[in-house]
Amino acid sequence: MLTAVAGYINFWLIAILLLVGVYGIIATENLLKKLMALNVISVAIILFYLNLGQKAGSTVPILLPGAEVGVVNAYANPLPHTLMLTAIVVGVATTGVGLAMLYKIYHRYGSLEEPDVLKEMRQ
Amino acid sequence: MTAHLPALIVISPLAIALLLPVLVRLSAELVRVVAITSALISFTSSIGALKYALAKGNWHYFFGGWPAPWGIEYVIDPLAGGMAVLVSFFSLLVIIYAGPYLVNKPAREKGYFYTLYLLLTAGLLGIVVTGDVFNLYVFLEISSLAAYALIASGGHRATVAAFRYLLIGTAAASFYLLGIGYLYAITGSLNMADLSELLPPLMDSRAVVIAVALIVIGLGIKMALFPLHGWLPDAYSYAPAPVIGFIAAVMAKVSAYALYRVLYFVLKATGPVSLALDVMGWMAAAGILFGSIMAILQRDFWRMLAYSSVAQMCYIALGISLANTMGLFGALLHILNHAVTKGCLFLVAGSVNWQTGVREIHRFVKMSRRMPLTMGAFIIAALSMIGLPPTAGFFSKWYLVLGAIQSGAWAFVIVLALSSLLTAVYFFRIIEHAYFKEPLKGKDGQRHATEPAKEGWELYPTMLVPILILGIGILALGILSEQVITHLLQFALPWRAF
Repeated sequence: MLTAVAGYINFWLIAILLLVGVYGIIATENLLKKLMALNVISVAIILFYLNLGQKAGSTVPILLPGAEVGVVNAYANPLPHTLMLTAIVVGVATTGVGLAMLYKIYHRYGSLEEPDVLKEMRQ
Repeated sequence: MTAHLPALIVISPLAIALLLPVLVRLSAELVRVVAITSALISFTSSIGALKYALAKGNWHYFFGGWPAPWGIEYVIDPLAGGMAVLVSFFSLLVIIYAGPYLVNKPAREKGYFYTLYLLLTAGLLGIVVTGDVFNLYVFLEISSLAAYALIASGGHRATVAAFRYLLIGTAAASFYLLGIGYLYAITGSLNMADLSELLPPLMDSRAVVIAVALIVIGLGIKMALFPLHGWLPDAYSYAPAPVIGFIAAVMAKVSAYALYRVLYFVLKATGPVSLALDVMGWMAAAGILFGSIMAILQRDFWRMLAYSSVAQMCYIALGISLANTMGLFGALLHILNHAVTKGCLFLVAGSVNWQTGVREIHRFVKMSRRMPLTMGAFIIAALSMIGLPPTAGFFSKWYLVLGAIQSGAWAFVIVLALSSLLTAVYFFRIIEHAYFKEPLKGKDGQRHATEPAKEGWELYPTMLVPILILGIGILALGILSEQVITHLLQFALPWRAF
């Protein structure tokens, strides 16, 4: 049990971060806080992928002059990093669209609390 | 040029979409022509690619010349080609329909509408043709972001609905991303064909169990599978009509396609997938009843159609969960039939609202006199939803029932029959109002009926023609359903059908 936790401590922390985000979306009533919780989820997933690419004692995946060719374990896996570059861009775009909508909602309803907004919207 | 046909399907709307905000400074008319042309290019390329796939087998297109597991590939098999034709056909049809809607809008707004619309098209087509699970995620987000913005353009209620859709939809995409993260962690690959070869010895690992659960939940939310449908009714009933005509017709179906592709072609429906399919089947059966009953309770025509969509998406999920040839035929045929039928219904709803301002069912009294052709198309679509032969809806339900019998799932057979009755209840209510009901006497003792159509067209031809094409299409698909199966759908199964 202890090794299952200690050996994968980074993944356990990421799982907790992910659950914090999910809890935030469900439990908070403020729409802006929900958007922030969404960002927490996406950060947790980005960290998850980045952890997959790490190796103990490895260096940046750039072929330095004089370095040995073909020693895979000497370099970190660059693929998860490039994937997450895309995911970060997607996250920024989502946050941008969400904030633009919140701006509109606040102008019309004068509040960002979900119960208030929904009550007025259903009328 | 033909060597790059698969890329052209996606790149045509994507590149033109980025060009439109600049073009709109020259002329708003030019923007409309260019946007329609790009949708047309996409449609013809899809047909070309599908023809090639049917004649010569799967078409693998490598981006930038990098071969498969390393580079991103587009795969046009009969399934992907058929879906691409369906999506690009609707894109073309609804972009023509959207014209009159935008007449009074300022030029900049027209430019943004067409930009977002083409981005949505590009995203949906990308999901369909890609052969890479991460690429699928990127296109899922492109299409979703464009859809959120388009829905939000329908006023302040639509903005609230779109924001809540954004929260749920982005969380769903995150679950999917995490799911493929687990698959990547144990195989080191993101290519669908490569994954399907690497995964079989690993199917018992806990990572695959978690991956399957996350992917089913993520794509289940996107396709509005009960009980994950919460975003759908508000988003569908407040969005502008041309937007929802397109989104309701194909967007949820593309997610259903993605789920089918991952579960059957990547994971081969073995190991934990069969358990997930069992759960999906029962969720779908509950959702069919829930959606139908909620639809009966609605007074707003649009909201009724939205809940009916919840039920109909569950038909597709039910067919996928049966995991036998007849059930999958039913699901695939229902993707096609329901796209045409629900697309037609939402375009009718949009036209009636645009022409007369009517949304509530009780105000449909004598609508048949005001808009005879539109309501004629509505009747065909309603009969198809209920499932009466020879309309298209009958045949997909028939195959679903055959599939349920083949699996010995008698509960599902009862659910399918019962839901046809419930569907009849909520559609006959509107037919009764539109054709038979005498208007009530008003305060002044006069009967206030909807005015008969004045001379000329009952609608702008650009709005009426797409509705009529879909109405005739429903009948044609019903009569030709045998041909659709023998010439297309039997090649879209994960195994040999006959």
